[in-house]
Amino acid sequence: MTADVRPTALRLRWLLLAVTSLAIALVLGVVIGPVQLGLDTILRDVVDRLPLVDVSSGLDDRASAIFWQLRVPRVVLAGLVGSMLALAGAAYQGVFRNPLADPYLLGVAAGAGLGATIVIAFAPGAAGWPIDPLPLAAFGGALLGVSVTYILGRGGTRGRTTTTLILAGVATASFLTAIQTYIQQREDDTVRQVYTWILGQLTTASWREVALVLPYLLVSSIAILLHRRLLDILSVGDEEAGSLGVNTSRVRLIIVVAASLGTAAAVAVSGLIGFVGVIVPHTVRLLFGSSYRVVVPLSIVFGAAFLILADVVGRTLIAPAEIPIGVITAFLGAPFFLIVLRRSGRIA
Amino acid sequence: MTRSARPPVSVAVALVCAFLVGACGTDEGPTTERAAAAVPSGFPVTIDTATGEVEIPARPEHIVSLSPTATEMLFAIEAGEQVIAVDDQSDHPPEVPTTDLSGFEPNVEAIASYEPDLVVASDDGGGLKTLADLDIPLLVLPAAATVDDTYAQIEQLGVATGHVGDAADEVATIKSRIDEIVATIPDFEEPPTYYHELDQTYFTATSDTFIGQVYELAGLENIADKADKAGAGYPQLSAEYIVEADPDLIFLADSECCNQTPARVARRPGWGRISAIEDDAIFDVGDDISSRWGPRVVDFLQIVVDAVIQLESL
Repeated sequence: MTADVRPTALRLRWLLLAVTSLAIALVLGVVIGPVQLGLDTILRDVVDRLPLVDVSSGLDDRASAIFWQLRVPRVVLAGLVGSMLALAGAAYQGVFRNPLADPYLLGVAAGAGLGATIVIAFAPGAAGWPIDPLPLAAFGGALLGVSVTYILGRGGTRGRTTTTLILAGVATASFLTAIQTYIQQREDDTVRQVYTWILGQLTTASWREVALVLPYLLVSSIAILLHRRLLDILSVGDEEAGSLGVNTSRVRLIIVVAASLGTAAAVAVSGLIGFVGVIVPHTVRLLFGSSYRVVVPLSIVFGAAFLILADVVGRTLIAPAEIPIGVITAFLGAPFFLIVLRRSGRIA
Repeated sequence: MTRSARPPVSVAVALVCAFLVGACGTDEGPTTERAAAAVPSGFPVTIDTATGEVEIPARPEHIVSLSPTATEMLFAIEAGEQVIAVDDQSDHPPEVPTTDLSGFEPNVEAIASYEPDLVVASDDGGGLKTLADLDIPLLVLPAAATVDDTYAQIEQLGVATGHVGDAADEVATIKSRIDEIVATIPDFEEPPTYYHELDQTYFTATSDTFIGQVYELAGLENIADKADKAGAGYPQLSAEYIVEADPDLIFLADSECCNQTPARVARRPGWGRISAIEDDAIFDVGDDISSRWGPRVVDFLQIVVDAVIQLESL
């Protein structure tokens, strides 16, 4: 397994750098907000919550609710969604050997959009339901989108599998988006809600969403981390990988399923947040090299840091009003995407 | 969602009109009203609108309304019998001839098949301008920014349909009912604050909107005004800002679209400490009543003022 491919290993100081930037993002995320709580007050409250420590906290009941039930879960959710999207982006780019692959490539976004639109348009009476059906429908739709893509795309001949899969993804996404647009036009009084959802939002984040997304993120990250070396081998080509004894289609299936499952969970709680899956892995590649043994773990950490900071910008720039998070990431991501595009053009 | 910013003068006019009984409706009224009253009721008539002059050759007998608000106005001024079709969102009063015509995505062929002699809409997008090629007059009555705009539109519809007197009566009725309701508002040392929720992602309306004007009539202060630096009127708030602003009253305009109920809102994480929730002062104002600028503005104001009275009795 180590024969010809000997990529750079993850260096400890890179990991430390990544963790430090995540820590900085976390602190900024919980300290900065439309409501000024003050760093020392927050610190005292956090210390007070440690076992066996009793400091008089500066937060009154309402400030405490703002901090622990609104701001902290939002920062945590931003971190989880950011790392999931960056990880899925890195995984897709490896599996498809396509630097422009993003987590929404295989119909995840279109499927989730369709699921969400169906609930918004046809089940406005979902009130009183014990569980909000919107994230579940988005999750189901996302999985449906990927499954259809995979079933349609696997028929290709051996060497063309990845291209066939990507094309199947394009066709599936167009088809699902067509249905979604049709429903949206028929039920046009719900256009605004669908639009808000599609733009992506962390506005209503709570611990419930964190709990919803966390298990998928864990399973998905562990699965992809375990296969990071195989991603490196896949990157030299299917035939070469096959001659090294790697079952390429099985590895590809595992990684695609893991990444899609995680993306579906992220999309379900936050809508479609674009560009994180492209920006973060490529930045990591530019700075630390393109081995997946480096790109996968660092994308997880930097993805979290990036989305937390983007969310800080989104909720403070015109505070107390909000800018949708999808607008911020795309605003930062689009120019970056062009740079990556130029670089990858030169390398090719 | 495309209401433009008005000069502050019109806010002042609206407020003065609201509080000085009858001062505006008669001889000191805004120019639009006098212009409407000056037009003779005999046809043909020419109506001056924001989108240009509209000429109506004869009393229309086959009106198509693509605006739920205009539909309510038409039926309020006794022109309901002349209305042959209304769009799929028009649902009030109950006897309206609802069809599957869409006001958001209007289909000119489908509209023309009703052979209308007047089409009323809230904007002229989606190809409605081509109605001119078919010699079908189009009257555009855009979203009102003030209650005075509502009066002006009712009077324009009166001229357009040959119900000038009925329109004047309706305007007078609305004005006197608003005055009656406003007179019941209790005195507060500090104006109570409120949050008007448009959907469950915390989109709201500021005082610069028609919605906000109604709350101003009731003497309330909007927590969203600080959040609207762009002046668009409909900002999205942060949850933590809403909790911090601690509104005395919460009004839900998302019970039908998004199924939000007072109980559901009270259960939102972190919201339990808001005064309105502790005092059980969350009210459903109805998506339709609060988003239409027609005759039922009176019902909207009544709900708001009832809420204020209940708050005062706590």
